[in-house]
Amino acid sequence: MAAALLEMRHIDKVFPGVKALSNVDFTLHAGEIHSLMGENGAGKSTLVKVLTGVYPKDGGTIHLNGKEIYPKTPKEAQEEGISTVYQEVNLCPNLTVAENIFIGREPRRFGFIDWKEVNRRSIELLKKLDVDIDVSKTLDNYPVAIQQMVAIARAVDVDAKILILDEPTSSLNEVETERLFRIVRQLQKQGMGIIFISHFLEQIYELCDHITILRNGELVGSYEVAKLPRLELIAKMVGKNLNDVKDMDKMAEKSVPSDEVFIETNHAASTGQIKDVSLQIHKGEVIGLAGLLGSGRTETAEMMFGLKEVTGGSLKINGKEEKLSNPMAAMKEKIAFCPEDRKLSGIIGDLTVRENIILALQAMDGMFTHIPYSKQVELADKFIDKLRIKVSDRDQLIKNLSGGNQQKVIIARWLATQPRFLILDEPTRGIDVGTKTEIQKMAVELAKNEGMSVAFISSEMDEMVRTCSKLVVMRDRKKVAELTGDQISSEGVMEAIAGGEK
Amino acid sequence: MKKKISELIASKYFSFFVTVILFAILYGVGIGMYKGFMKPQVFLNLFIDNAALIIVTIGITFTLLIGGIDLSVGAVLALTCMVLAWLLANTGISVFAAIALVLLMGTAFGAIQGYLIAKFDLQPFIITLAGMLFCRGMTAVISRETINITNPTFVAMADFRLSVGAGFVSMGVIIAIIALIVAAVVLGFTRFGRNIYALGGSESSASLMGLPVFKTKVSVYTISGFCSALGGIAYALMMLTGYNLHGMGMEMDAIASSVIGGTLLTGGVGFIPGALFGVLIQGVILTFISFQGTLSAWWTKIVVGALLCVFIIMQAFITEHKSKLTAKSSLEENS
Repeated sequence: MAAALLEMRHIDKVFPGVKALSNVDFTLHAGEIHSLMGENGAGKSTLVKVLTGVYPKDGGTIHLNGKEIYPKTPKEAQEEGISTVYQEVNLCPNLTVAENIFIGREPRRFGFIDWKEVNRRSIELLKKLDVDIDVSKTLDNYPVAIQQMVAIARAVDVDAKILILDEPTSSLNEVETERLFRIVRQLQKQGMGIIFISHFLEQIYELCDHITILRNGELVGSYEVAKLPRLELIAKMVGKNLNDVKDMDKMAEKSVPSDEVFIETNHAASTGQIKDVSLQIHKGEVIGLAGLLGSGRTETAEMMFGLKEVTGGSLKINGKEEKLSNPMAAMKEKIAFCPEDRKLSGIIGDLTVRENIILALQAMDGMFTHIPYSKQVELADKFIDKLRIKVSDRDQLIKNLSGGNQQKVIIARWLATQPRFLILDEPTRGIDVGTKTEIQKMAVELAKNEGMSVAFISSEMDEMVRTCSKLVVMRDRKKVAELTGDQISSEGVMEAIAGGEK
Repeated sequence: MKKKISELIASKYFSFFVTVILFAILYGVGIGMYKGFMKPQVFLNLFIDNAALIIVTIGITFTLLIGGIDLSVGAVLALTCMVLAWLLANTGISVFAAIALVLLMGTAFGAIQGYLIAKFDLQPFIITLAGMLFCRGMTAVISRETINITNPTFVAMADFRLSVGAGFVSMGVIIAIIALIVAAVVLGFTRFGRNIYALGGSESSASLMGLPVFKTKVSVYTISGFCSALGGIAYALMMLTGYNLHGMGMEMDAIASSVIGGTLLTGGVGFIPGALFGVLIQGVILTFISFQGTLSAWWTKIVVGALLCVFIIMQAFITEHKSKLTAKSSLEENS
């Protein structure tokens, strides 16, 4: 095999309290399309950002064409020939399309920017991508898909040796994706090394030659795409030995749902977010929404909480068609939602545990209805006791609690509103094993003892298999399978995600 | 037709057009009401009276474009006048050496503020507020009394008149016009200028696109410091004094002018001719009041305040209009 274009060896990266990358190796050859795979938080983006100089590395070496490089800023990485299209569009909305493509390296005449040339070359470049737009308009005139194409145009025009595409297709439709693939293959033929990150397995298998898998910041391995079946890939990503999957113990007693349906969707869709989801959630049922990140599982939950508009199909609650236009409407229907990122959209750090617990109830009652102090105390104490929240007293600031206890406070906040349908999005991420089990148990008990409907979303397959009476598997923003009873197993879910391949 | 109007509103020059049209209307009304407005010299006086403000506004526009602010401009201007007057009164150095020295002082002061803001990622509002208090204080330390400038060379420069058609302009105006042209070219046609806009549009994007964020930030505040000192010289040419209360509140007039001229306080949008018309509109209103004769000059502030309010609201509408357009085009894309 020819000498490697890029060699990253023993890369370490530590963030306060977290080892984001630990001893990771990555090798890229010229003329190769290499996919970087792993679940959310596995370290893909961190590795890319170390390579592009956004984060300084804490250990290891990077060699480009045999020469060691030390990119400290994105600018230095670009000068070494590393060009990147980031996950979110990173362009300036106030500049014209042409300028976004050329800024920092505008063609000049007599020291001044030659605007005619800038515009002419931009049109040419975009034509290669089959994009025909007015390049002299500012970028914010165009939808995200076009902006993404502009970002790609910018990246491919740089005289790059390595092109990194971090989730470039998440906002593109099929035609645009096909167009992009054509360009990528063309660049591959020119000898460019390409790193392609995507959650769409089909695209990986269509486009890439090699796959490097990361898990929890560590290298799992590097494989040829042709020799790695999808099922095995998923097993490696989620960290399961295929043979172990079958022996996994199931949780003894699951909740048995009643026949009454609480909420159901019928071919529900939300523009750009969800394509087609039909599901029924019964009273007393714990339903799991499974799928890789980006499969639409969170979006489905958000749709049921009124955060995403239902633009196609229907949504029924208690057999009545409802339009949940905002979370308040969903709360009125006794739906509660614990979001994925508790730091960002859940806890209010400078309020006390008691205040955090009564927050949702206060929101429901209206801003000016006073909840008597004695009732606040009663509620807070009840849930601190019930959920075994470890606090020194109820007026401790929530930011001083551990992650697991913060999560419990948020669950308590919603339980205080006495919901009939509780959505838990990644309730166990980043918390210790003991608390994890407690939260799982709690979900089952709420369904069993109080007849509550619970939707459980988690990246950890075991957890869902153990907790849920029904599993809805999502892929590419569609429901692809529904598993019940004995079908519920890690293996079953993986098969469904991989698309039925054995 | 409707589409054309909609596109015009979304154009980045829309608030500039509004400002120019408003200026033309105000001036037209002036001509209708007072004969004096017809005189070319009245028009030229707008420039003569506001030369210093024009120069200072140029500098502050640079900082607003990156989403920053510079509150120290008025105080730097006052300090410049004072140091200049003091140097000419108490030392034997030549006028040109003194001018070079104060320009250097203003530039260095801006560079220090810029370095602090960029290096430690500090709030420009606070740093330049500190700078403002420092300079204002230093001015008083040098002299609490007015120092008159009597240096013959400087006085000759102040008396200099360049005839333009039927009227004339002063040295300050020439400086202001040159500064305007240089600033417009830098912002429109150099990489440095475009980096400023990129930085104002999105700092993180600019950094990820490999643009020199740190250097650009420091340079912008350096330019603002230089412009304040240059404005100080223009001010000294007009007043022929150094005085502690020179340029009081000028930073706010400059910000108001820039915003009326179409600069967005969030950064990334605005351009130099707009800033000029922002100043001229304030000048016209003042002219009105002096022709009217009985109103207090403070009415200028009231009108400018109202205008500012109207323009900010207009900008909010434009932003909303634009995001609607984008949403519409993405819907079309999907169908």
